[in-house]
Amino acid sequence: MALKQISVFVANQTGSLEKLVNILAEAGVDMRAMSIADTQEFGIMRMIVKGNTKACEALRNAGYLVNVSHVTAVEIPDEPGGLAKVVSILASHGVNIEYTYAFMTRSHGKACVVFRVEDNEAAESILAQNGIDTLSHLVAEDAPL
Amino acid sequence: MSTPRYYQPEIETMSIDEMKALQSEKLVKQVRHIYDNVPYYRAKMERKGVTPDDIHGIEDLHKLPFITKDDLRDQYPKGFLAVPQSECVRIQSTSGTTGRRVVAFYTQHDVDLWEDCCARAIMAVGGTNEDVCQVAYGYGLFTGGPGLNGGSHKVGCLTLPMSSGNTERQIQFMMDLEASILCCTPSYAAYLGESLKERGYKPEDNKLKAGIFGAEPWTEEMRRDIEKSLGIKAYDIYGLTEISGPGVSFECEAQAGMHINEDHFLPEIIDPDTEEVLPEGEKGELVFTCLDKEAFPMVRYRTRDICVLTREKCSCGRTLIRMRKPMGRSDDMLIIRGVNVFPSQIETVLLQEGYAPNYLIEVDRVNNTDTLDIYVELTEDQFSDTVKAVTAAEKALAGAIKTMLGINPAVHLVAPKTIARSEGKAVRVKDKRKLHD
Ligand SMILES: [Zn+2]
Repeated sequence: MALKQISVFVANQTGSLEKLVNILAEAGVDMRAMSIADTQEFGIMRMIVKGNTKACEALRNAGYLVNVSHVTAVEIPDEPGGLAKVVSILASHGVNIEYTYAFMTRSHGKACVVFRVEDNEAAESILAQNGIDTLSHLVAEDAPL
Repeated sequence: MSTPRYYQPEIETMSIDEMKALQSEKLVKQVRHIYDNVPYYRAKMERKGVTPDDIHGIEDLHKLPFITKDDLRDQYPKGFLAVPQSECVRIQSTSGTTGRRVVAFYTQHDVDLWEDCCARAIMAVGGTNEDVCQVAYGYGLFTGGPGLNGGSHKVGCLTLPMSSGNTERQIQFMMDLEASILCCTPSYAAYLGESLKERGYKPEDNKLKAGIFGAEPWTEEMRRDIEKSLGIKAYDIYGLTEISGPGVSFECEAQAGMHINEDHFLPEIIDPDTEEVLPEGEKGELVFTCLDKEAFPMVRYRTRDICVLTREKCSCGRTLIRMRKPMGRSDDMLIIRGVNVFPSQIETVLLQEGYAPNYLIEVDRVNNTDTLDIYVELTEDQFSDTVKAVTAAEKALAGAIKTMLGINPAVHLVAPKTIARSEGKAVRVKDKRKLHD
């Protein structure tokens, strides 16, 4: 099962990131991972949080545009070329990666990577067939990372 | 379809040559009248170096100076009064939403010709002395009620002088007195339709057959809705207090543009910037000259309404020139890369494409080329987690706007509530080119 990701539209202005993270902090949302895609005019902040409902509500109340989508997350094998291996498995099966970003798990300090693909289910089963586990347990809102 | 009937067939079906001769004859007299009696306009003519002796017919109209709304404000209240006040029997006035109101004076002759125009409009929608005409425009200073009331009398309809508002009473009289023609604003007509439905009436329960709706902009879609909800044919009427009131032009059974009562109100279309007269069929600002009004004779009055005229033959048999429904106001018009652009056109596209009508238009000139940037607030429907989706939405919107305007804009989708909303009228246009003049 895929992981929920929250995306927020932000103006490309000084202070807009600060404002946004403050709103999440005030709402008591625990941010696990984030990345920002930006153009000259706007940015899209994507994040994996603990407390999706709370986060969406706080952001929408503050007037932000919010989108919830699904992404595939995997723990990267602890070996040289670990990430390359995952990427090439996906590529060889024709899975197109729209974007990707990495984060660390808190408990065991392992590197995890988020992949945005068209079909999460297909990507996950391809990875599973190749012996790579996806972080499906992250779906449960309160699952420890 | 019933046989067309005219209130003044000799005028309404006159040959174009005869009409032009009639207009010329009246214009010569009118120019002499305003020159002799309105010192302000006489001074304008003198500044242009033109005298009544230079005006031999409508071919000389272009030599005369324009009158603008600013002139009327400047000369408020009596500067354009062209007869002794003792000869006037009435005033009407605009609502005066922008600055000082306009007060228009009427002699009995002026009231008569105005009411004749409204009578032509009522007969053009099939009105006869058998009809019951419910006038639900406001009465008083506003021209809507008095104009249609007078026209209704002239046709010989039983006139219900309802004035606006009091929907309960409107419906009671409509039903009990069996009103067959309704005159009001299109928004009130739509409201009456809804109110009838709420009270359990079906469209066929009323005796209405036609409606004459004007005094505010309305769309073809509104026309269809009103026609359906009231079970009638809905007709447009156009007018302005400065020229007389409703009935300057009116729609006939063809519902294909409004016939201008050009024996009284001579129309021209000009380029609002160069003030050049444009040929028939071209889009520009509508200008009227009152050919035989006595008290308040506007000559080349700039209406600010953008529209198109046509002499194409009309199936109703009237030869009176037709105007299209005004497409916007020249005050708002922008000329970008030589193309006339109205903010209202952009607004229409936004609504069609599912955006809120909050936008900012920015025009500038870079390397001698005009640039058009449109800022629009993004909605959740168009937003996803990818940059690609947002830029695709921008491209799609730019494409739709290009189809409407004929020029390519740069569309910028911005966060909600970031486009400033000012008190009252929204500031929608920033024309930076003006700074360089
Ligand atoms: Zn016609």
